[in-house]
Amino acid sequence: MPPREGTYGLLAEFDTPGDLIRAARQARQDGWRRMDCYTPYPVEEAAEAIGFHRNRVPLVTLVGGLMGLAAMFSLETWISVLAYPLNIAGRPTYSWPAFIIPAYEWTILWAGLSAAFGMVALNGLPQLYHPLFNAPNFRSGATVDKFFLCLEALDPKFDLVEGRAYLESFGPVSVVEVEY
Amino acid sequence: MATGEVKKDPKLDQWIDPATGEYRVVAPGQTFKSITDKISRIVLTPHTPLGWFAMFSVAGSGATMLLVAVTWLFLKGVGIWAITQPVAWGFAIINFVWWIGIGHAGTLISAILMLFKQQWRNSISRFAEAMTIFAVVCAGMFPVIHVGRPWLGYWLLPYPSTMTVWPQFRSPLLWDVFAVSTYATISVVFWYIGMVPDFGTMRDRSESKLGQYFYGMLSLGWRGSVRHWMRYETASLLLSGLATPLVLSVHTVISFDFAVAVLPGWHTTIFPPYFVAGAIYSGFAMVLTLAIPLRKFYHLEGLVTERHIDNMGKVMLVTGFIVCYGYGMEVFMAWYSASHWEAFMMWNRMFGPMGWSYWVLVTCNLLIPLTTLWSRKLRTNISFMFAISIVVNTGMWFERFVIVVTSLYRDFLPSSWGTYRATKWDYMTFVGTLGLFTTLFLLFVRFLPMIPMSEVRILLPGAKIKPKAVAEAGD
Repeated sequence: MPPREGTYGLLAEFDTPGDLIRAARQARQDGWRRMDCYTPYPVEEAAEAIGFHRNRVPLVTLVGGLMGLAAMFSLETWISVLAYPLNIAGRPTYSWPAFIIPAYEWTILWAGLSAAFGMVALNGLPQLYHPLFNAPNFRSGATVDKFFLCLEALDPKFDLVEGRAYLESFGPVSVVEVEY
Repeated sequence: MATGEVKKDPKLDQWIDPATGEYRVVAPGQTFKSITDKISRIVLTPHTPLGWFAMFSVAGSGATMLLVAVTWLFLKGVGIWAITQPVAWGFAIINFVWWIGIGHAGTLISAILMLFKQQWRNSISRFAEAMTIFAVVCAGMFPVIHVGRPWLGYWLLPYPSTMTVWPQFRSPLLWDVFAVSTYATISVVFWYIGMVPDFGTMRDRSESKLGQYFYGMLSLGWRGSVRHWMRYETASLLLSGLATPLVLSVHTVISFDFAVAVLPGWHTTIFPPYFVAGAIYSGFAMVLTLAIPLRKFYHLEGLVTERHIDNMGKVMLVTGFIVCYGYGMEVFMAWYSASHWEAFMMWNRMFGPMGWSYWVLVTCNLLIPLTTLWSRKLRTNISFMFAISIVVNTGMWFERFVIVVTSLYRDFLPSSWGTYRATKWDYMTFVGTLGLFTTLFLLFVRFLPMIPMSEVRILLPGAKIKPKAVAEAGD
């Protein structure tokens, strides 16, 4: 991808989560779609406000877990019945109750790894550079105690002057333009 | 109960939230900024406290002793330990079970209490998880060095070898391999994922280039987008939901190592629940052993409050009684089974030549904690709780000693009876793992944020969204 140039978006800073949610809700109502909120801890209401309701992490986890279950159970069956059958105190080679335990552990292992790495991948991480890190107040506040709303330049409604005036109407601490 | 009297104590009064009548989770007057400063400064300061170096040198000597003991073991073989017939499982298995059990409280705090929405856990979850991982490191070492030829330890795994030999999946010892390796992996992943947003904070607050680079890489570029946060919350919840059955299964599988054998003293169905309860009992004791000096040394009394200590005391009381039921049921079954061997095993366990170990266990696990932890006054007495945590840890170590040694040393044939006396190498290995554990823990508190900042922020009054502001939005 060629490096982009110009404006990434307009970043408004708020002091409280309540102010952020109010602004985000209003912006969504007014037809803004390409926007995001940035908070130092999970604020579910802010996600609701920008219309982000569901995610695919549970699906990824389910698929991972089922794959782990199938992989271990079939491995055990193949080993014990076909590859290396052993007579252990006269028990059947296909001792499925005994196979449940490693299969259970692998269900959890694969599901857990899928949940963690699936979440990271769906978030598009690792992404060590992001245009927002160019905003000095973002660097010092977003992961500590400030709440941000960013209207992105990709939104069809975006205009540098009007967008700034629009954000100012919510009474933020500051509005800054973020460059790529 | 003593609740009424304690509330009148003016020293404790400020800790009680007037809204709920409960102890506060976080001390009053904290803000997002103040807790971030407090927690990140411990790590980001260029000045390491002298006390840290003192502790590190002591713990490091312990870890070095472990290195010596294990090196000699590799050179000479397991004959340097006291294990022989009839006691073929000695310190290695005792320590393995003890350490794994300690680890379980970390997962309990981070996963099960999260599912139950016990938000007081937030400030202690990170170092409890760290404790889990370091305990599993110590535990996982023992079976590997106990196999005799540890460099062939990978034979335990199912892989296509040129010998065309495969593992035997009907053995509980192999189940252990999968249970413990899964537990270690999931614990590390859960711990790391929990730290990612805090690494973002550390990256933004670090003043040195090295710190920014180091924490920046670890944070994966975390920027706190609410979309990311929602996926993150879902993943955390799912990981908790997965870690909960996992932690219960791990000690269950470990108890199968014993319970599946036909030996009197091991062959009982009470073992899985009783092992799990014992694990949580000793684990909470270890959390207290670590948390009490830590909050004092780093002045974290505002974040790890008396409410935490009090709650952990309550969990210990409950799990202690489950363990008590387990002991009682073992004695009952020895009589009720009408098995000569079972009855003799129990008599020998209590009054045989090693009977003293059973009475140490009863004193440390039942008599002292289960009579005193009822009192709220004692549960909020910090020095008392520190002492009780040491007592319970000792008791739980003796529980494993009793299970392993007193079941083995006098078996069915009197002609094959023996005894067990640990050698200096056994003791060096055990004390060495305590050193290794403490060393790892000290490195953790120095380089990683030991309290999850993002989770503690949720508990602060500033995180409350004012209903008025939401109503003003007009929908």
